[in-house]
Amino acid sequence: MLKNLKTAVLMTLILTIVTGIIYPLAITLITQVSFSNQANGSLIFKNKKIIGSKLIGQSFTSAEYFHPRPSESNYDASKSGGSNLGPTSKKLIDRITFSSLELQKENPDIPVPIDLVTASGSGLDPHISLKAAEFQIPRISKARNITKERTLILVKKYTEPKQLGIFGEERVNVLLLNLALDELFSHS
Amino acid sequence: MILADIFQIFIYCLIILVLTKPLGSYLTKVFNRENTFLDPILCPVEKLIYKLSAANTEEQDWIQYTKSMLLFNFIGIIFLYLILRLQNFLPFNYEHLSPISPDLAFNIAVSFTSNTNWQSYIPETTTSYFTEILGLTVQNFLSAATGIVLAIAFMRAFARESSNTIGNFWGDLVRSVLWILLPLSLVLSIVFVFEGMPQNFNPPVHVQTLEGKTQIIPQGPVASRESIKALGTNGGGFFNANSAHSYENPTPLTNFLQMLAIFLIGAALTNTFGRMVKDQRQGWVLLSAMFILFLGGALITYFQEISGNPLIKSFITGGNMEGKEVRFGIIGSALYSIVTTAASCGAVNSMHDSFLPLGGVMPLINIMLGEIIIGGVGSGLYGMLLFAIMAVFISGLMVGRTPEYLGKKIEAKEIKMTVLAVLILPICVHCFTALSCISSYGVKGPLNIGPHGFAEIIYAISSASANNGSSFAGINANTSFYNLITGLAMLIGRFLIIIPTMATAGSLVRKKIIPSSPGTLPTTNLTFVSLLILVIITVGGLVYFPALSLGPIVEHFLMLKGITF
Repeated sequence: MLKNLKTAVLMTLILTIVTGIIYPLAITLITQVSFSNQANGSLIFKNKKIIGSKLIGQSFTSAEYFHPRPSESNYDASKSGGSNLGPTSKKLIDRITFSSLELQKENPDIPVPIDLVTASGSGLDPHISLKAAEFQIPRISKARNITKERTLILVKKYTEPKQLGIFGEERVNVLLLNLALDELFSHS
Repeated sequence: MILADIFQIFIYCLIILVLTKPLGSYLTKVFNRENTFLDPILCPVEKLIYKLSAANTEEQDWIQYTKSMLLFNFIGIIFLYLILRLQNFLPFNYEHLSPISPDLAFNIAVSFTSNTNWQSYIPETTTSYFTEILGLTVQNFLSAATGIVLAIAFMRAFARESSNTIGNFWGDLVRSVLWILLPLSLVLSIVFVFEGMPQNFNPPVHVQTLEGKTQIIPQGPVASRESIKALGTNGGGFFNANSAHSYENPTPLTNFLQMLAIFLIGAALTNTFGRMVKDQRQGWVLLSAMFILFLGGALITYFQEISGNPLIKSFITGGNMEGKEVRFGIIGSALYSIVTTAASCGAVNSMHDSFLPLGGVMPLINIMLGEIIIGGVGSGLYGMLLFAIMAVFISGLMVGRTPEYLGKKIEAKEIKMTVLAVLILPICVHCFTALSCISSYGVKGPLNIGPHGFAEIIYAISSASANNGSSFAGINANTSFYNLITGLAMLIGRFLIIIPTMATAGSLVRKKIIPSSPGTLPTTNLTFVSLLILVIITVGGLVYFPALSLGPIVEHFLMLKGITF
């Protein structure tokens, strides 16, 4: 029994060194050398300052930017999570109804894409669907005084297709698209 | 659209089926100590570990084997508990996080050693990088290895005859870490980083956003944790949002790879079982039953979620996207939810709490069945074998013959132990749920009200008891009450079930293998698959029906009537 206990303690220590030190350090070393951009969080620099990560959504509220999805944490990246409201929650149904009525005002002709009125699971979803980007084109075009066609071309350019043609959904990275907007067209 | 989605399910099943045989064969070689291509590198390491740990590598009987396992896991709990309590004195604590409170530390220590990875806390603001790698990542490996070796020992009980011993725990443990979990995790981690997962030890990044707000983005060694999180069916997230967080699951491809990794080893073990008992069809039969149950769940949840919430009357288009990420869409989220609960992984890429009632009930049922549809690495297989023994026994009763499975007579002692192992879970779920519902501390937990609030409680208790770890995350379970009872539920659901399971193995291994006769019930045909599924649903599932009726089922009908809470 005592010998077994000794083995149990030593085995835990040794396997901790193998799986808790050697393994993560080896991966860190390999990936920092070969894919350092990704390994360091896919950060985006503008004028040598970090302005965000390609993978982490940001909040946008002004009319000249594409808006991301609603977020439970309001895009506070230090706490992630969804609303966790159940399907029969009055709060959830009211929120969706209210925000879709608001959105309807800026584009009354087409139905509101569901992702624009539902909170993501992470609260940091960097993407919106292509439909959700297209829905916002009239507002952006008006605010920036550009034609809808030019905005649409830009949206299409930033649309990522299904991966390998099979996996996931068509989507637009909101931060990258807004960055491109700023570069191509000045604020009004 | 729907066709393309169904095609994703098809591709998923196909790849798992293709990988099952080669990996199953590799696993068999590893545990039978036959030559593998990794031997030249790993054999010297293996010998060194035995020497340094003074391990006795002789064959053990079931009692010695189980004792070693329990002792090792007990030390694991203590180690992890100490790291959690002392993390403020340990390095890599950039945010000056305080030590974790005793009740939460107990809960986390049990959660990660029992392969549950239930998390009632917010990782971003609770655990340091040191805790993440030396505490949690380590137990992600060790708890998975524990599950695998127990399954292997259980298989030996059928493969050997008139023997007393079922292998050596230390040897099996070291081999499953070195030969299986480490190499697979290494490869997968590197692919994950390529796809965008961070792997660094940098402090959180302070960012000024395009609209001039500040955003603090946490960093860390994420990829090295994610691979073993999926491969070892652990499921504990580096971030609160788990695999919904784009750092933990950056692309649709990582999403798909995570789903594959979650089923990979569990599916391969069915083939290893077939090889061990020298009839691979026995493994395929178990896998078929698992896949039929899996597909049923996946399709139900998918069609629920794609149809959308009928309570929303506004002018909108699209299915239920509350709590889901755009890059995965509805199929990527629905399939993930079924994979992670069928296998006892518990990682989530969408918030199950916001699924429609019958969309969210399928993950819950998967958990309640005892994590046997692929299941946790190892634990899924021995769980499924217990149901197979039960199926053989019930059909034996019907025709009035002594039941036998794989040539081993199933007698009173084995069936008593099997029934005990199968019944512990529903007893644990019902008792703790009832306790939570009558306790004033318990009813404070749920976020939602009405039947959905009850569903949050029973999901939490089931998830802990069956060692899944996912949740209807609205519930606030980081209270002394829930930390204590979910902690106990995890201990019971893992270790208390293992003891009668290993006792069954210990008594089976002593028996002779009787050659099959015309009176033997064949266990390699479609009839047996259906029988097995029937037993799983009636014995494992029906017992929860009253409780489910009070939760998701009544919620579904109220939703159709237009009632909100």
